[in-house]
Amino acid sequence: MRRCLALAILGLLLAGPTVAADHARPDYRPLPGGRFASVIPADGKAAPAVLRPFRLRTEPVTNAEFLAFVQRHPEWRRDRVPSVFADFRYLSHWATPDKLGTGALPHQPVTQVSWFAAQAYCESEHARLPTWYEWEYAAAADATRADARSDPAWRERVLSWYSRPSSEALPPVGGAPDVHGVRDLNGLVWEWVEDFNAMMTSADSREQDGADKLKFCGAGAITMEQKENYATLMRVAMLSSLKATDTTANLGFRCARTD
Amino acid sequence: MKRLLLLFALLLAGSAHAASPLPTDSVYQLGVPLTDQGGHSAPLAAHRGAPQIVSMFYTSCTMVCPMIIDTMKATRHAAGDPAQLHLLAVSFDPARDSVDALRRYAAAHKLDLRWWTLARTSPQDTRSLAALLGVQYRQLPDGEFNHSSALLLLDGEGRIVARTNVIGRIDPEFVTAVRKATGG
Repeated sequence: MRRCLALAILGLLLAGPTVAADHARPDYRPLPGGRFASVIPADGKAAPAVLRPFRLRTEPVTNAEFLAFVQRHPEWRRDRVPSVFADFRYLSHWATPDKLGTGALPHQPVTQVSWFAAQAYCESEHARLPTWYEWEYAAAADATRADARSDPAWRERVLSWYSRPSSEALPPVGGAPDVHGVRDLNGLVWEWVEDFNAMMTSADSREQDGADKLKFCGAGAITMEQKENYATLMRVAMLSSLKATDTTANLGFRCARTD
Repeated sequence: MKRLLLLFALLLAGSAHAASPLPTDSVYQLGVPLTDQGGHSAPLAAHRGAPQIVSMFYTSCTMVCPMIIDTMKATRHAAGDPAQLHLLAVSFDPARDSVDALRRYAAAHKLDLRWWTLARTSPQDTRSLAALLGVQYRQLPDGEFNHSSALLLLDGEGRIVARTNVIGRIDPEFVTAVRKATGG
């Protein structure tokens, strides 16, 4: 028994540096995937998305977690990051390049982060940003159902969050878990997705046929499905308007892993 | 992003630019490794020191992509074929665009490899490069890609100095920018 204990301690010692480098282990939950009726048809017309099983971070990345990342990877400090990777507002709500201060509480979701910074953070967690389909699929859940989108109450809840003034301080992460055990997908911050620059929606999505053939080789601009689901369509419009260097006060992220 | 440091190390190790760090607004800050039609690997910044026109395409695309390649050719010609001007087209489709596919495409389109590079990289780096260049793309279930088309002019330090979405004919303003960047 004592030898077991000694071995265990030895194991901990050996594992020590890795554990420390990984910071507090973030929680990821498995989601089954499958066929999913996205607002963005897979073929640009009507085909459902097909999702492989994946794991999603239960909560968005917090200021405290991002600070630990910046301390380990100082090239991502706001005073060192190249301007091709983040705009001038990157982490501008922090007191200093390596201190949060009163404008950024440790358990609030980190915002003012560019897509490049979010990608780099997820890489440090041996993860990646979720794809739009993964995000939309996960966010379709409520406390009891994997797809609650047809329930007017689900849409009301999302829309009522949109209408909340953005000048209010962000709540901390840790809202109620959904049926998958994932929190805060709707109601806290907007979130980056890996393929934010793959939405291919034309500025005027009524021009669905032909008009944009040259701009969007292949299939033209995408036909948006579920026109009544404007809670989700608004999110697509927001994401597709972003550049990868953009940062905003309401835009954060979480990470995902391929199962 | 870890490759950033590696890129710096490479640049410091063996180039004429050892003393000067990249400008903060240089796309060469992205240390993606590219593999060309000859199977050679080099960082995105391999042509640092000379201007180049960059675009993204894929070889099995039959409609717009050949026009992208032709527009790059025509633009270089219209700018007076400046000797130092490189042309780089990176594939959206690393799964199908093998080195061999790139080589065959270059041959079929009679691309002069003294200044042309067709390249591929990993799916994740492809997404990062597209994000950096402001190019949109998505793969469709049939394997085709839906994508926006742009030509970008980089100066010798990798800064984007001009871009055009005009494809299928030359954009006079873009040609003027190329002439200016190449001292013509």
